[in-house]
Amino acid sequence: MKSTTLRRVAPLAALPLVLAACGGGGGSDAGGESGGGTTLSYWLWDANQQPAYQQCADAFHEANPDITVEITQNGWDDYWSGVSTGFVSETAPDVFTDHLSKYPEFVTQGQLLPLDDYVAADGVDLSQYSEGLADLWVGQDGHRYGLPKDWDTVAIFYNADMVADAGYAPEDLANLTWNPDDGGTYEQLIAHLTVDKNGVRGDEAGFDKNDVAVYGLGLPGSGGANGQTEWSMYTGTTGWTHTDVNPWGTHYNYDDERFQSTIAWWYSLIEKGYMPPPETTVGASMNDDFGAGKYALNVNGSWMINSYYGYDGINVGLAPTPVGPSGERASMFNGLADSIWAGTKHPDEAAKWVEFLGSTACQDLVGQAGVVFPAIPSSAELAKTSFADRGIDVDPFMVQVQDGTTFLFPITDHAADVNAIMQPAMDAVMGGTADVSSLTEANDEVNALFN
Amino acid sequence: MSAQATVELPRSVAQRAPRRGRRRRSELWFALAMIAPAGLGFLVFYLYPTIRGFYLSLTEYSLLGSPTYVGTENFQAIAHDEVFWTSLRVTILYVLINIVSQTVLAIGLGVLMHRLTKSALIRGSLLLPYLIANVVVALLWFWLLDYHIGIVNAALDSLGLTKVAFFGSSTWAIPTIALVNTWRHMGYTALLIFAGMQTIPKSVYEAAAVDGASEWRMFWKITMPLLRPILVLVLVITVTGSFQVFDTVAVTTNGGPGNASRVLQLYIFDQAFGRSHFGYASALSVVLFVILIGVAFAQMRLMRAGESDLD
Repeated sequence: MKSTTLRRVAPLAALPLVLAACGGGGGSDAGGESGGGTTLSYWLWDANQQPAYQQCADAFHEANPDITVEITQNGWDDYWSGVSTGFVSETAPDVFTDHLSKYPEFVTQGQLLPLDDYVAADGVDLSQYSEGLADLWVGQDGHRYGLPKDWDTVAIFYNADMVADAGYAPEDLANLTWNPDDGGTYEQLIAHLTVDKNGVRGDEAGFDKNDVAVYGLGLPGSGGANGQTEWSMYTGTTGWTHTDVNPWGTHYNYDDERFQSTIAWWYSLIEKGYMPPPETTVGASMNDDFGAGKYALNVNGSWMINSYYGYDGINVGLAPTPVGPSGERASMFNGLADSIWAGTKHPDEAAKWVEFLGSTACQDLVGQAGVVFPAIPSSAELAKTSFADRGIDVDPFMVQVQDGTTFLFPITDHAADVNAIMQPAMDAVMGGTADVSSLTEANDEVNALFN
Repeated sequence: MSAQATVELPRSVAQRAPRRGRRRRSELWFALAMIAPAGLGFLVFYLYPTIRGFYLSLTEYSLLGSPTYVGTENFQAIAHDEVFWTSLRVTILYVLINIVSQTVLAIGLGVLMHRLTKSALIRGSLLLPYLIANVVVALLWFWLLDYHIGIVNAALDSLGLTKVAFFGSSTWAIPTIALVNTWRHMGYTALLIFAGMQTIPKSVYEAAAVDGASEWRMFWKITMPLLRPILVLVLVITVTGSFQVFDTVAVTTNGGPGNASRVLQLYIFDQAFGRSHFGYASALSVVLFVILIGVAFAQMRLMRAGESDLD
């Protein structure tokens, strides 16, 4: 009796074990032949940019009828696990959008094709790109692994109605100041824009910080290792830099007093009720909450412009980040590029496509679409015009480039490990369970990676 | 049934006796052919990866390039890895909350299915959550329990209670995830338990009823003792599955806040696919493997899985 029951139950019982053994990651076939021509696979992660790049692919196909480009788009997380599993299973895309935080590791693993020979043979003009962008893609070994496609900076998106209600004019927001001690006029603005359930503002008596209806400033997360849209626009004005040198630094500076006092100030906004506690932001996206009228200000990147201006019933304005102790603004300057997978079966065709992506022919198309700022300044102007046609003044993003107040995205080895250490450490500080001084210990752990 | 078998068996054996050797051999080939598909799957997808995993745990390996042998270095590093110990604590807390709540509820549901209703509709509907994909269940609850837009917090708020950051707070993240998975799995577990209950002869209950025993007394004196072997099996399976929690965490908190919900499987995944430390991740997997064997063995021994009180 007993054994019959067991036999009857056992097949069912094995089911969850089988189901549990599921694998992740996918990959498209690396370049097949179709109709005698070559098909190149091209990956990107930003769905907003896909239509513009499809235009590029079509134009490229017209100029090179024997080459077809197939575009695949995946969200950020899936994108990178797809790329790395693709390397291993040899099904990675021929050409893919690459990120500064990822490519050093790919170079170490020998997964990227050096472009030097192609660039030299075809006479690609590297000076046509915005200053510094092309240099970002030269690895420690002196070889070039990508051609710049676009750049981004950060600025303040604000809810224009809330700002007007608070008695501020747009010009006031264009000239904000900030310091880590009292937050300057920037913190005054944030405080005034914060409103509790009873309509009391954050800088008024009787403000209930435990029952806030509108937070002055949005919290996108703790920022991990680079804090691109979280805290880097503040730390960048204090003279602090992420690493000893950039690119290819070998020592991080999270133990620096300037960094820690900035983070302490940033955390104080939560304590004061001007910014939401991080636990309440899990699962929500900061920009969607902005769209729902829960935030007055959001600091975010230029790649988010269309998302912010796409919310119904929200009047959005843009302001540059505040001027800090250095007397200047600061914004991280991040640039994407297109890289070729070393395992591609069609390196020549792939190089042709990458060069096309890095040319005015394609970047003008992307610029006209008005989604991101192309790496070539004349194409970026087209993007500016395209945004302006829709009533969006993108100067707050461009002013950082014009004034030379940008600093480069920190490029080092061990980027994934650095972030794996800094993410929980920063989470703990912003969650209020650890003091900023705990970041010194995390910094030691980070720097041990480079020994 | 068993009486019939004992009568029939000698006769058939006697008939086959002369051709026994050849018959055996052809039966062997037939048997091998029948288990070949499953056996192949086992060799390719279980045995080989397991052995290779053991080997990789002794290496430093970034997946691209070849593994370098480093001896027990990975295991020494694990012993000093604070994140590992945190994730072990987190995982055990998850398993405790998940298994206790799931098993208690499943036994309750099993009894109700067994003693109260014969309706296939009701019995079937208990299984519904299990029919939804794990990731969908996780996202569904992630949404229902959202701090700002979730219906649960809206209800709490309207009742004048404090809103709870179910997935966002380090205190609540693991209990929330554990209970979400309890919700998904309890119907299925109840079904296994219900199947076990059906093996308990009706006559025992009838006899007890004649003697005037209450349902409550019958449950504790008949159902539970006679269910024990099945319950052990169910527990071994569910505890093993519970230790391997991954998808629910991966699509909701992704280990955060901080490391508050970084369960072992997620940490292994992070190390391997996020940070390219495949050797170290393999070593972590070996540790998990050993833990699971130990837990399963302890359960079997402590609960005398091999014996039944029914004989």
